[in-house]
Formats: sequence, structure tokens, C-alpha cells
Amino acid sequence: MAGKSYRAVIVDDEELARSILRELLRAHEEVEVVAECANGFEAVKAVAETKPDLLFLDVQMPKLDGFEVLELTGPGPAVIFVTAYDQYALRAFEAHAVDYLLKPFGADRLKVALERATERLGGKLPPPAELAAAARPPAHYLERIVVKDGSRVHIIPVGKLDYAEAQDDYVALAVEGKKLLKQQTISSLEKALDPERFLRIHRSYILNLDRLGKIEPYSKDTHVVVLTSGLQLPVSRAGYTRLRQLLES
Amino acid sequence: MHPILFNFRRLVIYLLAWTPLAVLAADQLHTGGLGWIQAAILVGPLCLLYAFVCLSSWYVCRFTPLRLRGVESVLTTHFAAGVVASTLWIVIARVVATVLSNLTPWAGSRELLTRATGDLFGLGVLCYLLTVAMHYVLLAQEASRQAEEREHQAQILAREAELRALKAQVNPHFLYNSLHSISALTSLDPAKAREMCILLGDFLRRTLGLGEKRTIPLAEEIAMVDGYLRVEKVRFGSRLEMEEQLDPEASQAAVPPLLLQPVVENAVVHGISNLPEGGWIRLVTRKREHDVEVVVENKFDPETPAARRNGVGLANVRRRLEACFQQRARIEAGSDGDRFRVSIVLPLDERATPEKSSGNRAGGA
Repeated sequence: MAGKSYRAVIVDDEELARSILRELLRAHEEVEVVAECANGFEAVKAVAETKPDLLFLDVQMPKLDGFEVLELTGPGPAVIFVTAYDQYALRAFEAHAVDYLLKPFGADRLKVALERATERLGGKLPPPAELAAAARPPAHYLERIVVKDGSRVHIIPVGKLDYAEAQDDYVALAVEGKKLLKQQTISSLEKALDPERFLRIHRSYILNLDRLGKIEPYSKDTHVVVLTSGLQLPVSRAGYTRLRQLLES
Repeated sequence: MHPILFNFRRLVIYLLAWTPLAVLAADQLHTGGLGWIQAAILVGPLCLLYAFVCLSSWYVCRFTPLRLRGVESVLTTHFAAGVVASTLWIVIARVVATVLSNLTPWAGSRELLTRATGDLFGLGVLCYLLTVAMHYVLLAQEASRQAEEREHQAQILAREAELRALKAQVNPHFLYNSLHSISALTSLDPAKAREMCILLGDFLRRTLGLGEKRTIPLAEEIAMVDGYLRVEKVRFGSRLEMEEQLDPEASQAAVPPLLLQPVVENAVVHGISNLPEGGWIRLVTRKREHDVEVVVENKFDPETPAARRNGVGLANVRRRLEACFQQRARIEAGSDGDRFRVSIVLPLDERATPEKSSGNRAGGA
């Protein structure tokens, strides 16, 4: 690693946990700590501003947890999770070959993690949303969606989402009359949402069933749903079948 | 359910016990001039009938428990019942004998029975009272079996609670995080690292010794929770503020060990640790007229998803309170804005055994 240098960001809400990492990293001259963050919001901001190579990320944090931070920062840095213990998260790390440090850890384990992470730098990293989805315990659906809008971070409880619309590599989330863009496929969003509350009514649309006003025929074979707000959304044939099944059951 | 009537084996033994009486009565009739077979035909069914009449005394026994009523009252009741039963029996016997007297082989049985009426009546009362005594023995047996079962059930519940408490107390996250903090402190502030080792050791020692106790004084439980919070205080630093208002008069109320531990842990894990600026935990005990109220209050972030807020701990606490105090204890939990509040009401009529007594450790391995 001689000659190369890496910029690192440390994210942990505990002062002591940050300080030990900083101390242990002092032995690695090639690593320069460019920012330390005590919560998820700071982390998102710091990553955007400093564009680090390495991200040491605590999983359990106030406001935004480690996975949500990752969703918002997008691909780029090699991520090393730092956590006390979380079986689901561990499974996800293993599956996606992102390295992790279990608290308490020492200099030896950190060295191994650094080697692995730097080897992987520049290679292909798993999409953050996919990693977050894998880390979610089975049958635990998303309770809120995090979206970055410029330098602002929106936390949207899923109940406030009216519908989601696919737009190329993004989904547009309709929330309280506004549309927020998030880099995620509509299929992965569909999987993360509770199927009893949200339904894929069309290749490009997911509907919050609480907003469903009525279903009306559009042409001979096609239908539209009318939301409680009066807005109309197209329904595909498959979507119509699913909708009817759900309403009849 | 009648203990003899619905148990075939017992019924057979009971009826066999009546044979000597039947033989005695038949012998008397035989001596009076009746043939053995005729005497048996007359006496057999009558004895069988009376055997069943006596069984009915069980219902009287059940509603006349020996312990609740005076001996005299119990004796009077059963004696009167015995007289009635015996009289009824004699009347039936005489009617049967009278009818049978019309048939040649049983000629004279009416006179024989009239002569034996006194003896038979006495015998009837005696047999009735013997049956009563037997019923009481059976009732006592049943009662002790039920008591044993109840005791057994209570033990199982206590063990389960203990196991759950042990599980709750050795929370791996807590230990791992504490060790990580100590590891950080060893170079930053060695004196503080040592202090934290001691705090953690104290806490573990306190909790590990508690498993076998059914209840401990509230003061001890509070001391344990204090120990826990002091460890977490090192980890969270200024983010964790503690406030205590403890009523000395409440300190002796009995509480199942580690009851408050999960409540306070929830306050830290689901409250404080989700607040970037930190928050407070308030612990209040209050002696009231007939009970003691313990309140654990903390600040929390209402925007945290519910799944990260609701501990499984509270359902556990409720179950343990029920197992220990039945309806005499209560727990309520709820939030108001950014504060979460758990209130536990403990009965005061039960005092915890002080720490040094070994009375409740009997049987412990």
C-alpha cells in the first residue's frame, strides 16, 4: 500500500467508539481521517463533501441508521460496518462481502478489514438499497423512506407516501403534493413495502391502498384508479387483477 | 365428580367392604328361621341400595369442610343425615319384607325384620358415619394433591420468569458496547477505564446472585438499575442525564428481581440512544396509602419508527408482575409528546425478605 493514501470518514454516535477507531488508525499512515460524524445526517453531508475512500459506519444510530446513510450516500466508498452485534446485518455483510468490525475489536482485526476494503476499492460495490433490503429482518417491512434532496434529507413515514412512480433509474415518491426523486428501482421499493398496504398497480406505479378512492373503466379493457385526492393513475391488466383479488379477499 | 361413583376400581372395593354387613344381616334372618338363599335375596339388594345411599353423603361432606365449621356442627349435621338415611332404609326394608311375606318361602320375614329393626337402624347409622369418615379422608387426599399441583405450577412460573430475567439481563449488546468503551478508555483515560471495569463488575455480581430469589426489596432493585445506568453513563457521556426521586418509605416494597432492569434498558436503548443530543431518564418511587408506585420516564424521539422503540421487555415485565402478585400489581406504559412513561404499582402488604436472610434460599443447589 506504500505511496497510496486513503481518505476515511468515521461515523459513530458514541464519542469513545470514535476515539478508539481514530487511535487505532493512527498506526496506518496511509489512512487519513477526514471527518468524524456523530449521527446519520452529518454522515450523509460529510460523505458528499469529502468523497472518502473508506467509510467506517456504525449501524445503530439516532435519526438515520447505518443502512439509511448508505442508501443516501450511494456507491463510492468502501464501507466497513462497525457494530456490537446484529445477526441480520451480519448475514447481509457476509452475502455482500462488505467487511465489518464487531465491537470490541483490536488493531489486528482492523488491519484485516482495511486490507479487504482497499482491495475492493474501485471494484464493483453492491447497490446500497439492495444491501439495506438484505439486512432487514424477514417480514419487517419498511416503516420510512429516506430521500436526499440536494443537501436536505427527507425522512418519509410510509403512511405519508401516496404513490410511487418509476422514472428510469429513479422512483418519484409522491408525498403531500410534492414529488421526491430517489435512486432506486421500483421493484426493489415494491419488495421493501408491506404488500397489505401497497400494491403494484402498473409496471410504473405503486399505490398506497389508503389513498384508493375508486376504480373506473378507462377504455374497453383498461381501468384507472381515482385517488382520494382526485388524481388518476393507470392500472395495468395484471394490476387490475391484483387489485380485485385484494379487494375481494 | 364423586371420587368413588365414577372410579370403577374404587367402587368395587367399596361395595366389597359392604359384604360383611350383608352377611351379618343375612345370618340374623337365617337364625330367625329363613333359608340362606331367601335371606340373601332379601338382604342383598337392600344392602346394595343402602351402599349407594351412603355414597350420597359425599356431597354433604364437600359442603361441610372440617376446617371451616366446628366439630359439633359437623357431627350434628352428619348424624342427622345418617338418622334420616337409616330410617328411610328401614322403611323400604320393611315394605319389601311385608310384600315378600306373602310368598311361602319368605313367610315370617316381616316379623323377623320388625324384631331386628333396632339393630338394623343402629347399624345403618354407623355405616353411614363410616362412609362419611371415608369421604373426608378422600377429600383431604384430593386437597393435598391440588395444593401440590398449585405449588408445582407456581414453581414452574417462577423458573420461567427467572430464565427470562437472566436472558434480559445478560444483553450481549450491553456487554459488547461496554467492553468497547473500556477498550477505548485504556489509552484515553486509564483511571476511567478502571472505574468502568469496577462498575461493570459490580453490576454483574449483583444481577448474577439474584436468580433464586422470588422478590427483593425495591431499594436493592434500584441500586442495581443505578449500577446499570452508571455503566451506560460512561458510554453515552453527557448524552445521558439521570434524575432520581426516591421515597425512603417505599424502599422495602417487594419486587421480583430485575423487574425494572428491562424498563430502564428500554429507556436507554430505545430512548437515549436514538437522540443525537441525548436526553434524560427519571426514576421516581413513591409510597402511597396502600401501595408503592415506581415511575420510569425518559425522553425519546417520536419520529423513530415504532419497531425500534417498542421493547419486548414490557410484556415480560407484565407477566412477571402477574406471576408474583396476581391482580395486586399494575403496569401502565404510554407516551406523551417526546416523553415515554412506565408506571408500576406494587402492593405493600408483601415485604421482601432482606438480603441477608437465607430463608428463601432453602432448596437452592
